Amino acid sequence: MLNVIWLVLIVISIVVAAVNGRIDVISQATFEGAKTGVTVCFGLLSVLIFWMGMMRIAEKAGLLELLARLLSPLVRFLFPDVPKGHPALGYILSNMSANLLGLGNAATPMGIKAMEELQKLNTNKEIASPAMCTLLAINTASITLIPTTMIAIRIQYGSQNPVEIVGTTLLASFIATIFALGLDRWYRFRYRRKLR
Amino acid sequence: MYQLVSLISLWAIPVLIAFILVYGYFRKVPVYETFVDGAKGGFVTTIKILPHLVAMMVAISLFRQSGALDMLLSTMAPVLSFLHVPPEIVPLGLLRPLSGTGSLAIATDIIAQYGPDSMLGRLASTMQGSTDTTLYVLTVYFGAVGIRNGMYALKVGLWSDLMGVIASIIVCYLIFL
Repeated sequence: MLNVIWLVLIVISIVVAAVNGRIDVISQATFEGAKTGVTVCFGLLSVLIFWMGMMRIAEKAGLLELLARLLSPLVRFLFPDVPKGHPALGYILSNMSANLLGLGNAATPMGIKAMEELQKLNTNKEIASPAMCTLLAINTASITLIPTTMIAIRIQYGSQNPVEIVGTTLLASFIATIFALGLDRWYRFRYRRKLR
Repeated sequence: MYQLVSLISLWAIPVLIAFILVYGYFRKVPVYETFVDGAKGGFVTTIKILPHLVAMMVAISLFRQSGALDMLLSTMAPVLSFLHVPPEIVPLGLLRPLSGTGSLAIATDIIAQYGPDSMLGRLASTMQGSTDTTLYVLTVYFGAVGIRNGMYALKVGLWSDLMGVIASIIVCYLIFL
């Protein structure tokens, strides 16, 4: 599916530019996009290196296991395929907590560590497991308690009440997350039946 | 409320860092060596993600700058105005799943133009804050572990983005009007 989306985005863009007589935009936009990709990735580099180091300490100290045990009913419900006490659960929970607190740059490294752990459990290393899909559903919808970036921007533009959007954001993201989890479950059962 | 929220976002990271280090120390973890050992993985992971991100960013940059996004918007406009969706907010809703920086730019622009406390400003803030960039999350997470077939994850992500946009509009209308 990503194949199709990628192809369609590029081909349609080139056709539209050609029809509008703005074909000169294409090569410039291509390399600008590539540059953005590299910039974003290198922005990620420092954060990934730092948090992966911190998370290794948390893991060795048994913090992740503790977190997983405290919230085990929740993760058992969301990730029934992951064995109890598996390190993936601790990473998944720390990813969820970081998202909730609006710590976007800490959430991504934890999510990636969770994916690496889930990949160890995966039978076919090229196809996403149901647990991975659930983790992505949680992360794309991402319940947000504190939308830090938006609060900062609202302050910057002189809002009278910069945090008044905390409630609406929480409610909207909660609805989207419940929807995402429901849809994820539905697809999971559908695909499982198909595989049999 | 504001004090509390800003206090939490100010203290969360420092407290977390101090807590992990002190807890690790008391559990007899050699903190420095363990940090360096874990941090090594960060570089490898970033390099794995790089080609995926470049591929995706090229497609998105082309889609925006070629005028294809604007064309899609103008074809959708009549339907959306029928549904009482303010036209100013549509580019944000459409770009939100594709590009985090792109949609942040649009949200900031709306706030700058109409004011953070206007209906549009609040709606833009809610929409931008309530979901994450689906295509980015998919690219980074699957790219990091080499998954080629993402199964239904993209569908779930995009549908719930749409749900997030609709929910933002309804919630904002209910609370702020």
